[in-house]
Amino acid sequence: MIVHSIFFYFFSIIAIFSSLMVITSRSTINSVFFLILDFISVGCLFIMVGAEFLGMILLIVYVGAVAVLFLFVVMMLNVAEQKQSWFIGKKSTHIPTGLIVSVLILLELLVVVGGWKYKEDVMSSSTLVLSDITNTHQIGLVMYTDYILYFQLAGIVLLLAMIGAILLTFRERVGVKKQSYLNQISRNPSTAVELKDVKFNQGVKIDD
Amino acid sequence: MIEIGLGHYLSLGAIIFFLGVIGIFLNRKNVIVILMSIELILLAVNINLISFSIFSGDIVGQIFTMLILTVAAAEAAIGLAIIVVYYRNRGSIRVEDIHGMKG
Repeated sequence: MIVHSIFFYFFSIIAIFSSLMVITSRSTINSVFFLILDFISVGCLFIMVGAEFLGMILLIVYVGAVAVLFLFVVMMLNVAEQKQSWFIGKKSTHIPTGLIVSVLILLELLVVVGGWKYKEDVMSSSTLVLSDITNTHQIGLVMYTDYILYFQLAGIVLLLAMIGAILLTFRERVGVKKQSYLNQISRNPSTAVELKDVKFNQGVKIDD
Repeated sequence: MIEIGLGHYLSLGAIIFFLGVIGIFLNRKNVIVILMSIELILLAVNINLISFSIFSGDIVGQIFTMLILTVAAAEAAIGLAIIVVYYRNRGSIRVEDIHGMKG
């Protein structure tokens, strides 16, 4: 149990520190790196607490896809020279309001957590964890039976996101030769081939 | 203090949520950092759901965490696409330069 505590504090301190660095570091690319560190440490926490499948999903999907997507965009856009610290520059009027709202949210959450009392009978549910099968097996047993509709809806959400991202960033380029399948298929010999009588010693004059 | 319970995980989620909210409000750099703050907020929500799921012995919290991961990935893709299009049109994604809607 002492090892559990040590690892919990280790990973959570790294997570808090790196999320602090995400919002305060001067260059955007450092923010992305600290976001990756944050995802990794929280994924380790998930694995440690017993949700191995979601910890691995967090590592694979978030670190492998989403964070790399952020990295792509940061490298593609020229944001390196836009670095600017928080309170330097133009004075903003929404900083005090933002600070007040954020601190209030933190205090409220801590009050709720501190004054929370665990009631055993409130949380009994029909889908209780069986202890003799693995975490992935449990998720599979519930997700593909009771929650199959939500699973399919998640797939539709991903499909729509893919279509939306392609549609947003698509642009028609001018001056680039492209293959047009419709024109290729709808050709017929009468329009595609033109027969000419070639006079002797005169050659062919092509007008186009 | 030594015994790690549900309250520790909820406190961690609360602190990360707070950092995400403060990152949205106090951002003076570019919009990508705001998207990253939204990712932090969703991560805090995931921590809460998973810790409740583990400590109350109910697997449904992890199912919902997977759905939140899906929505977060979709949101990141759409948001980054919007940022790319905006940068292509305006040449800047600084927060103070984005005032087309006079907000």
